Amino acid sequence: MKLVDEFRDPARIGELAAAIAGEIRDRSYRFMEVCGGHTHAIYRFGLPDILPQSVELIHGPGCPVCVLPIGKVDEALTLTENPSVTLCAFGDVMRVPGSKISPLEARSEGRDVRMVYSPLDALKLAAGNPRRQVVFFAIGFETTAPSTALTIMQAARMGVTNFSIFCNHVTIGPPLRSILETEELNLDGFIGPGHVSAVTGTKAYDFVAAEYSKPVVVSGFEPVDILESLYMLVRMANGGIAAVDNQYTRAITKDGNQAAQAAMAEVFEERDSFEWRGLGFISQSALKIKRKYAAYDAEARFSIESIRSPEPNGAICGEVLVGAKRPEDCPLLGVGCTPESPTGALMVSSEGACAAYYTYVHRGLTVAG
Amino acid sequence: MSTVHFFDPSIQLGHGAGGRASRRLIEGLVSPALGIWGPSELEDGAMLVVGDERLVMTTDSFVVSPRTFPGGSIGELAVNGTLNDLAVSGAAPLAISVALILEAGLASEDLYRELEAIARCAGAAGVSVATGDTKVVEHGRGDGLFITTTGVGRMHGKAALGAGRVRPGDAILLSGAIGDHGMTVMLARGELDLASESLRSDTRPVWPYVEALLDRFGPEVRWMRDPTRGGLATTLNELATSAKIKIVLDEGSIVVHDPVRGACEILGIDPLHVANEGQFVAVVSAEIASDAKALLRSLPGGDEAMVIGEVEAAEIPVVVAVSGYGGSRVIDMLTGDPLPRIC
Repeated sequence: MKLVDEFRDPARIGELAAAIAGEIRDRSYRFMEVCGGHTHAIYRFGLPDILPQSVELIHGPGCPVCVLPIGKVDEALTLTENPSVTLCAFGDVMRVPGSKISPLEARSEGRDVRMVYSPLDALKLAAGNPRRQVVFFAIGFETTAPSTALTIMQAARMGVTNFSIFCNHVTIGPPLRSILETEELNLDGFIGPGHVSAVTGTKAYDFVAAEYSKPVVVSGFEPVDILESLYMLVRMANGGIAAVDNQYTRAITKDGNQAAQAAMAEVFEERDSFEWRGLGFISQSALKIKRKYAAYDAEARFSIESIRSPEPNGAICGEVLVGAKRPEDCPLLGVGCTPESPTGALMVSSEGACAAYYTYVHRGLTVAG
Repeated sequence: MSTVHFFDPSIQLGHGAGGRASRRLIEGLVSPALGIWGPSELEDGAMLVVGDERLVMTTDSFVVSPRTFPGGSIGELAVNGTLNDLAVSGAAPLAISVALILEAGLASEDLYRELEAIARCAGAAGVSVATGDTKVVEHGRGDGLFITTTGVGRMHGKAALGAGRVRPGDAILLSGAIGDHGMTVMLARGELDLASESLRSDTRPVWPYVEALLDRFGPEVRWMRDPTRGGLATTLNELATSAKIKIVLDEGSIVVHDPVRGACEILGIDPLHVANEGQFVAVVSAEIASDAKALLRSLPGGDEAMVIGEVEAAEIPVVVAVSGYGGSRVIDMLTGDPLPRIC
């Protein structure tokens, strides 16, 4: 844990906060942290308390659970109506409500839904239970997509036939572009995602600087990382510099993880279009399994019918997700929408902007429910 | 009067996790249905006055998977858990009952091992198993072994405990490191491919520590609880709500062993939400806080006791943690089961 302690050192954090304050000019600074992990860390470590008031952090779309449409959860749960199916999912997904129930509630009802830590665990389960049809409910950005790809390749090598993937992987570039195309958005730069960038490399954000003239600093997840990144962004904003820089050098390179990229290229191809919760349909923004590996594609094996479940009334998730509004602007926050019974997308995962805000800030402002 | 309403159509696993959902179930359904209105004075047990004698009664059911894990097993939990509920109510244990629900097919050897553990823990605490019951259910209708224990204890003569006695300025005293039990069990399930050789459940009786505090400080000890399911965060939120106070924690003073911290970082779980089975948290007057800490530290196994925060007056009941650099965050109750984050 020494590594973590170094990046949570109060003295270093104090120095960085002072350094940022020293760079502040008579203007406002609006930076979007793309990744939900950053949103969570910013609130968890109470960073807004120690930042100058003119530095505003806007929470972005990089929370894979938050952008998963309700209909996709419904589709996954229809699979479990088949008594021979075991549905495996990450812990993050277990509490996500479909239009009627969540995977966790489906398990309480006696359906075979398991939480796994890795798709390889689901494959192991399939290999050990040849009479079950084991389906892995795959979600996430480039962070988790390579492990899904490698698991499919491993299944093919092992000749496991009772295993398939319900693939809902998405990619980080298209939603960023979609946000940058939003006219009313007034951003001075981005804190680039950490884990995603370990796979894609920082080059994935070159278009942000080149085409939209906004700076990006790829950041780690500890308080020192985030403050260092903000220091870099404030200086870039002051100098009018639009470039892609890397704070998280201990994990991230320009070109990313070539082996992971190769595995993804082997197994996946782009979908024409995919629905994002809160953002709508975005073209070429998601991955599907190539025909070559169709034997492992749950969509092919079970002919999953597309379900489009409407968003709940009154929520402003879409506007919060693109940074146009803040969680506290939503009339449902803490009233009809809490982490325990989430209505909107951003309350579902602890990395969602609304869940982070509600958990770490809002609860201190209102009577406990 | 209860102001909590319970409209959930069916019981879900999260209702048993000890967090907010559990609280809604108890306050919105169980207590009103049983005609129990208003908070119990003791929270973890009920006081029965018989003549001049103040007795405390408490009961608890134990369902843990796996049944054995590094540092303990369901039998030890069943005894220590109930005795600890008596202890934090201020009561020395007198006797316990043990009720067993056995699933057909349970290996006799496994049952014997748990009974031995029960006898060993009860003996170590100087308590007799006074009565018991055994039922067997069909295979597939239970998870091998469920245990319910009920304990009766005698209230310490100097004990005057209750959330209503907590005052602004009081100190929060924690008996040791948090998260060892919950993380040990989570890893022992073997679903996560994480392991630590040094991680062990902290299951132990806390009465020796509680008794020492009450002997020496009596009513200067205001309130006590054992932060089991839902962890320290949930226990302190319940206190903040019932005492209508703000609790400010100094995050750096809370001891979390490295394997627990590491696993929590990897899994995205807050150690403040992880269960403990051998710790207690007490509110004590500010005057005695450092002496109380020193007293706990002078006892075997008490060397990680810390003063972790203080009580403030507040309009809005809340628990806040302040970091070494001045950042603060609200510490909420656990919402459902703690689930690992991946993405």
